Amino acid sequence: MTVLETKNLGIDFGGLHAVSELNLKIEQGMLYGLIGPNGAGKTTVFNILTGVYKPTFGTFYLNGENLTGLSPIEINKKGIARTFQNIRLFGNMTVEQNVMVALHNEFNCNLFESIFRLPRHFKVEKQMHKKATELLEVFGLSKEKDVLACNLPYGKQRKLEIARALATNPKLLLLDEPAAGMNPNETAELMDNIRFIRDNFNMTILLIEHDMKLVSGICDELTVLNFGTLLASGKTTEVLNNPEVITAYLGE
Amino acid sequence: MKSFANFFKTKKTLINVIFAVLLYVLLFLSFNKSLPLEFLNLSRTNQSLAIKMSYYIILAVSLNMVVGFLGELSLGHAGFFAIGAYSGCLIAKLLVSMGIPSVPAFFISCIIGGLAAALGGFLISSSILRLSGDYLAIVTLAFGEVIRSFSKIIPGLGGTIGLMDIPGFSSRTVEFTCSFILVVITLAVFKNITNSTHGRAVTAIRDNTIAAQSIGINVKAYKIKIFAISAFFAGVAGVLFGYYNNNIAPSYFTYNLSIEVLIMVVLGGIGSIKGSVIAAIVLTGIPDWLRNMGSNKFFNFIADQRMLVYSLVLIIMMLFTSAPAFINFRKKLFGNISNKFNFKNKNKKTAEEVA
Repeated sequence: MTVLETKNLGIDFGGLHAVSELNLKIEQGMLYGLIGPNGAGKTTVFNILTGVYKPTFGTFYLNGENLTGLSPIEINKKGIARTFQNIRLFGNMTVEQNVMVALHNEFNCNLFESIFRLPRHFKVEKQMHKKATELLEVFGLSKEKDVLACNLPYGKQRKLEIARALATNPKLLLLDEPAAGMNPNETAELMDNIRFIRDNFNMTILLIEHDMKLVSGICDELTVLNFGTLLASGKTTEVLNNPEVITAYLGE
Repeated sequence: MKSFANFFKTKKTLINVIFAVLLYVLLFLSFNKSLPLEFLNLSRTNQSLAIKMSYYIILAVSLNMVVGFLGELSLGHAGFFAIGAYSGCLIAKLLVSMGIPSVPAFFISCIIGGLAAALGGFLISSSILRLSGDYLAIVTLAFGEVIRSFSKIIPGLGGTIGLMDIPGFSSRTVEFTCSFILVVITLAVFKNITNSTHGRAVTAIRDNTIAAQSIGINVKAYKIKIFAISAFFAGVAGVLFGYYNNNIAPSYFTYNLSIEVLIMVVLGGIGSIKGSVIAAIVLTGIPDWLRNMGSNKFFNFIADQRMLVYSLVLIIMMLFTSAPAFINFRKKLFGNISNKFNFKNKNKKTAEEVA
């Protein structure tokens, strides 16, 4: 089953074609890599897919449903969650609260129920607490659950961001450079984590990465962008051996 | 009954309730001049000052909801205060003329005044959602002034003279009881919002709006809600002010009032509810206390120059709460004590402690 499909997706900033004619097709359970040199438009693709930017051309579909032009909030509710290249955690909240806040669309109670402390409020808090504990357990963060997010070490902040994205129950997870700034040991652990998420949460993952060891290690398929256009697409080993791709990365 | 049991589930709630009741009993006795020690009983000026403090507390806490909690600078709080005061007091006059006793009339007009102000908050916040920071501050400042100008020309509001003969309370004790209840309700609502899923959502918006959107938090809806709730309580404070003062006029609702309340919020510590309460009490009290300093020559001089002293106190407080050198000095002095009593940070361990 195709989870994400983009058709001729493109965006212009003024006269600049940041992304043009992008066609992706990601199947259920796939680990899909999006790579390319700096400024190729990878993060812009993520911003289109999460609704931060409205595409100038083209459409994209999640499980066959057209999501083009929806707001970030609606897109998240439909099932696309993301992490950020520069970590965007809620620094003044504890680790557990960071996950709990992402659960607030799943377990709902209205403002009046919270103000007057009606039974529903306590029920929701309990459910959130339970689910957050489970998620933190999976990511090995349960020891740090009362630590402020800004005090976490870098690798754990990355993990927490993934946990927070997963808390929204997505169908598709977008990871923007998850291994940036990690040492080889942390990267190896991250690769295990990503595989674990795919298998245990039955998740489809699209990731941007510069670390070729990670990309060749876990990605099933790859798409290479250069100057906003598609350079190559297909099975990981084939794409990485493509002479055009090597030229784009290393020069003539 | 089950929800009632839930209410006391947490020990902290119980402690807060007991504390509120004790404080009320103490202040009630002090109002009736029935405490054994003479200096504990409140004089007439201090009694009226206590009422003044309570509406300033409500104003400061409700502004803190927008400035500290939501993280948007609003300079139009006097506008909401005015909407609440005018609409609530009109209703109160009407109700009392119909023969309803002044206390029930007060609470009905509090709700109506609050709702009118909340409507104002809803309208202003939904029209300026795209703005933030300085621009939002400018628009809210203008909003406050627009409300004041309109209150001069709308027929039935008494022009520049304002509304006269607003019903008051039968005695200072009744007045104090009502205002104490309002303060407690304000604090409870603020606490309940912050310690809930909605509180977390708003904190998330303040910390990182883009990330908040990416996990599906409706930023616009929360901004409107918090603005409206904050305006509601400003409106309630307005009704209390009308009852206390027995007349309201446009000249009370200048932007100076908004700034004064903002000073309380900033000095008390942005986002700190306790700080807002303390700052509201101290800053409301200082000008009056300075005026009644006594007959000593030095104190007389201070009493004459009280606005000068007031600003000095502001500067000193500001240094004391935020200058690094002062904070270090303070920690040296009180470090041990505050560590012992620091319940709040006890369960917020740092990463090093865990590892």
